[in-house]
Amino acid sequence: MWKWILLAVIVIGAFFLVGIYNALVRLRNRVKNAWSQIDVQLKRRHNLIPNLVETAKGYMTHERDTLENITKARGQAVSAEGMADKSKAESALGGAIGRFMLVVENYPDLKANQNFLALQEELTSTENKIGFARQSYNDQVLFFNNKIQMFPSNIVAGMFNFKAGEFFEIEEKEAREVPKVDFS
Amino acid sequence: MAMWELIKANKRKSVILFLSMGASLILLGYLIGAAFFPPSGGMTGLFVALCIWVVLSLISYSSGDAIILSLSKAKEVSHDVHPQLFNIVEEMKIAANLPYMPKVYIIPERAPNAFATGIKPEKSAIAVTAGLLSSLNRDELQGVVAHEMSHIVNRDVLFMTFAGMLLGTIVILSQVFLRGLWYSSGSSRRYRSSRSSKGQGQAQLVIMVVAIVFAILAPILARLLYFAISRKREYLADASSVRLTRYPAGLASALKKISSTSVDLSSANKVTAPMYIINPLKPKGRRVSNLSSTHPPIKERIKILRSMMHGANYSDYQKAFSRVKGKPSGIIPASGLRETGVIPIRKAYVEKEAKRGKKKGMRDVGDLMRAVNKYAFLACVCGLKIKVPPNFRKPRIPCPRCGRQLEVPLAELAAVTAAAESAMGEKGKKEAEQTGPEVSSYIRKGKGWETFSCPCGRSLQISPSFSASHIVCNSCGRKTEIKG
Repeated sequence: MWKWILLAVIVIGAFFLVGIYNALVRLRNRVKNAWSQIDVQLKRRHNLIPNLVETAKGYMTHERDTLENITKARGQAVSAEGMADKSKAESALGGAIGRFMLVVENYPDLKANQNFLALQEELTSTENKIGFARQSYNDQVLFFNNKIQMFPSNIVAGMFNFKAGEFFEIEEKEAREVPKVDFS
Repeated sequence: MAMWELIKANKRKSVILFLSMGASLILLGYLIGAAFFPPSGGMTGLFVALCIWVVLSLISYSSGDAIILSLSKAKEVSHDVHPQLFNIVEEMKIAANLPYMPKVYIIPERAPNAFATGIKPEKSAIAVTAGLLSSLNRDELQGVVAHEMSHIVNRDVLFMTFAGMLLGTIVILSQVFLRGLWYSSGSSRRYRSSRSSKGQGQAQLVIMVVAIVFAILAPILARLLYFAISRKREYLADASSVRLTRYPAGLASALKKISSTSVDLSSANKVTAPMYIINPLKPKGRRVSNLSSTHPPIKERIKILRSMMHGANYSDYQKAFSRVKGKPSGIIPASGLRETGVIPIRKAYVEKEAKRGKKKGMRDVGDLMRAVNKYAFLACVCGLKIKVPPNFRKPRIPCPRCGRQLEVPLAELAAVTAAAESAMGEKGKKEAEQTGPEVSSYIRKGKGWETFSCPCGRSLQISPSFSASHIVCNSCGRKTEIKG
């Protein structure tokens, strides 16, 4: 009798274990898939920038610094490894692009260039896609991390060495800093 | 995740409305059968009613998308025809986590409007008019596309198609019954009373009266239910659109622009009207009563969107809804409201809207229509852009401004016309012959020279002395009514 009960407990426990393990794997794959979505868009942005700089060069003779900054930031973003480095490099690149777009306002000839307009649309769209993909990636990471930390799935996660996912944050400095007011 | 729960809850509510429509269909079928073929005709009537519904639903399930797209004259376009539209659709696809990229269609019409189809999600499509593309900025267009994307994600199209077919069956049945009664009333009653006893005859009379009353009431009831479902889903799509774009002002000003247009959408009809983002058939200036409309009042939709100030979550929409309507709403299912965390509203992309003249806008629409219809664009050195229709067959064309001879890419044009012909096929050709010349309309702005483009892409011009009621296009034979 006791044998049977013990057996039943073991079988049920095994089923639970398998279920939790599979759920964890499913969530981890979702995180991976969401990351690849971001990666596609980041690569797209990297590919757009040389064209953009090339088009702008002819018009923006006085803005050598801005253009060099963009190229440098792109190089760093392309070679960045690991989530933390990538987040940092990509937000730096985003900042450089933002400054570039502000400067563009001073060059009406450039803004009228058909080629540049098309590039600008592609760049805006890519930025948006990165934003939306980042949002869904962070959602997936949140689900996965919750599952890893909560009982009882945390036991299974510990047994099979599931590691918590990293969020992909992009710092928006302008949004967080309090604007300085100068009355002098 | 939350999205999926939301769809489920949304389904449940709509299913209740849907089932009550189904129940009225069954009851109607039974009563008509019982009234016409006593004593055991009830089941036959029920069976016939269900058969009609199943057949109609199967047809619309298998080819409903194609029918709707061809009814609205939408044409599938590639990324090159309108990169911005294509990009925005892709953005919203990513935001909505949709596994498939919907196809993108442009309707060559000046009236701004849009709709989505997709009875099967992997075959979904988003169609917008050329007028919409030229009159909206990026943020507004994104709002509209997000609204349509929500219809696809929420499976609204599938649901509305089946509900529409239920409504159609009920209307057909009651019409056939009432008209049949009108023509055969005298003879059938005499025939019946001679055979049955007095008690049976009286029971029969009661059934007959009940059937008549129900045949009159059922279509009205079904219509009200259908409209209730449709309105609910419009509000929900607005809420989801805000959640996807995080920018309620974009959709609000898009709705305002679309609703304040003076151009009619000539390819819309009663069947396709509920699909559009704004009802294209609503006569201007008339107050549409709340119960008998497929779309919620546009002013309220705008007001709700404009009063969302703190966040772009479902609960924020809910709050704004109750504030505007002055009553709690059942639009957003409870699971959507359980979502925690604030989704902040983002800033506008377009800070300065480029000032464009009306003329430039009209030219953009015309160019877009030509691009959709596969015109070739030749750029002359003098700065003039020459548009060549796909059936043009001369190898060279002189520039009208400077007289330079320009090469026409004949091979490209020939490929386009050949592809169009093979796509149309025998069936398409026959249909085109049957429908004959189509009619669109143009509203005059003043008394001077005016130029506009025919849906086929050709430019038409009216002189100050023009006084006829319509103008016929030389290249496609379409009639365009001139109003005003």
